Amino acid sequence: MTDTATPPPATRPSMALLVTLQRNRLSWIGLALIAAIVVMAVFAPLLAPHDPIKQNIIHRLEPPSAEFLLGTDSYGRDVLSRIIYGARISLMIGFVAVAIAMVVGSTIGILAGYIGGLFDQIVMGVVDVMLAFPTLLLGLMIAAMLGASLENLIIAIAVTEMAPFARVARAPTIGLKEREFVAAGRVLGFGPLRIMGVHILPNMVSDVVVLGSLWMASAIRTEASLSFIGLGVQPPTPTWGGMIREGFENILTAWWLVVFPSLAILLTVLALNILGDALRDAIDPKLRSENAA
Amino acid sequence: MIRYSVKRLLLAVPTLLAMLTVIFVLARLVPGDPAIAILGDQATQESLQALRQQLGLDRPLHEQYVAFLGEVLTGDLGRSMTSGRTVLEEVWQVLPYTLELTAAALLIGVLFGLPLGTWAALRRNAWPDYAGRLISLTGLSFPGFVSAILLLLAFAVQLRWLPVMSTATSDPVDHLRNLALPALNLGIIMTAYITRVTRSSMLSVLGEDYIRTARAKGVRGGRLVLRHALRNALIPVVTVVGLYFGTLIGNSVLTEIVFTRPGLGKLILGALTSRDYALLQGLMVVFAAFIILVNTLTDLAYGLIDPRVTYD
Repeated sequence: MTDTATPPPATRPSMALLVTLQRNRLSWIGLALIAAIVVMAVFAPLLAPHDPIKQNIIHRLEPPSAEFLLGTDSYGRDVLSRIIYGARISLMIGFVAVAIAMVVGSTIGILAGYIGGLFDQIVMGVVDVMLAFPTLLLGLMIAAMLGASLENLIIAIAVTEMAPFARVARAPTIGLKEREFVAAGRVLGFGPLRIMGVHILPNMVSDVVVLGSLWMASAIRTEASLSFIGLGVQPPTPTWGGMIREGFENILTAWWLVVFPSLAILLTVLALNILGDALRDAIDPKLRSENAA
Repeated sequence: MIRYSVKRLLLAVPTLLAMLTVIFVLARLVPGDPAIAILGDQATQESLQALRQQLGLDRPLHEQYVAFLGEVLTGDLGRSMTSGRTVLEEVWQVLPYTLELTAAALLIGVLFGLPLGTWAALRRNAWPDYAGRLISLTGLSFPGFVSAILLLLAFAVQLRWLPVMSTATSDPVDHLRNLALPALNLGIIMTAYITRVTRSSMLSVLGEDYIRTARAKGVRGGRLVLRHALRNALIPVVTVVGLYFGTLIGNSVLTEIVFTRPGLGKLILGALTSRDYALLQGLMVVFAAFIILVNTLTDLAYGLIDPRVTYD
């Protein structure tokens, strides 16, 4: 694995987003989809036509109809309402896990880059090992050991995604700490914490945030996968992966139980990937020149 | 080349040690008393004590760590608490299925991904390029189990072309029919990865001076692409395929669960449901060893393809 040695220009994330939207039509679709899903999650109680948890055995396993647009599950619960509420869990876990990974990961990266020496070697050695370990297996191991719950799921996903943030934060730190403005700060008597936080950190915020949007897709995918295996948020709370897990038992007779939550996961991850990809293109100077050509 | 290989092999040793350490720490994350977690809170004090002794939990942590390293390095990965067989015995039984699946997926990925990626790069910013990019991004967005379930619904449940469940069989045709859907599922994801890398790698190679020189000399068409461009473009592709091997393993776990196919994935699921922490820990060591092996082989292949690569 190679370091990206030259620090990319410090563009503000909001500027990058604007540039991206201007240049890349596809990213509009990504942004619109994400906005729709966020609205769905926030206004779930208003949008959901039925109670997502209350069981209604009379209506069990009904195919899609006018009353139940996406059908009902084996407890007679409305699939559409459960998908709408499921968006809350997916987005919340994705967001919180990536936020934790982002803060802890980039702190580790900046510290390693700033302190250097043996500390840097040991820390980055561990980071490389974490990178080499498949996200799903690492998450699975942590979630299995800690036990299935919302908090543990967030911890498991956050831990698996710290390594890339550490890498991205470390590389520019090494270059930045030799620069004049950092030396000036030292001469003025600023402590290392202030230099790292006030002088170095702002220079890499855009990179870290773009990486965050890319890894959010991965976090949601991991959450769905772990929920499918049975290590996710426990029933009856609706989660997309958990719905597929339950619906899988009836796959021969009730296709709607697995198809609609699958589409929800796919669309969310795809939208985040489209947007993240376009953002990366806008920020990475190498890709930028490629796009201009 | 020999110097490079030896150095690369030596480099795998600290990585292995670090991975084993990570696994050791992870395996001790079980909150509370693992013995109670395994036997349940109805268990008698004697049986709890016996299990603690058997697992070495009554010893101090550093002793447990040294013992764990020693066991792993002598090839003792522990024993499944439910079946009583050693972890290696369990793994040997199902390994051929997983290897067969990943190899088939890799083959599909190379067969479709290389031409698709090359085509997209040659027709840059025209419809093959947009189509290729959208398809590969969609492929990358699928969690392995979602695509598996959709394939299962389409080809096994609706069209009834292929079996819903994979069962052990000695008939080679049935064997291939069992393999088809799981391999297709992983193959699609692999194709997406390879298409993407091939495209960007081809794009950067096609912009190089020597390609322009070759064009100026009158080399064109297939010869230019195959002999001049693709060969150099392959180097990053090989690396990325090696790096994505971990993702491939993760997805194969999900695929095996969906198609109820024997393999490492089903073994993991079984260990999870029966709270067989010993088997789980052993399996993680096996996965770690695999990943290090593949990463090392990838780097060695890298040195073979590109004579400029050295370690200094």
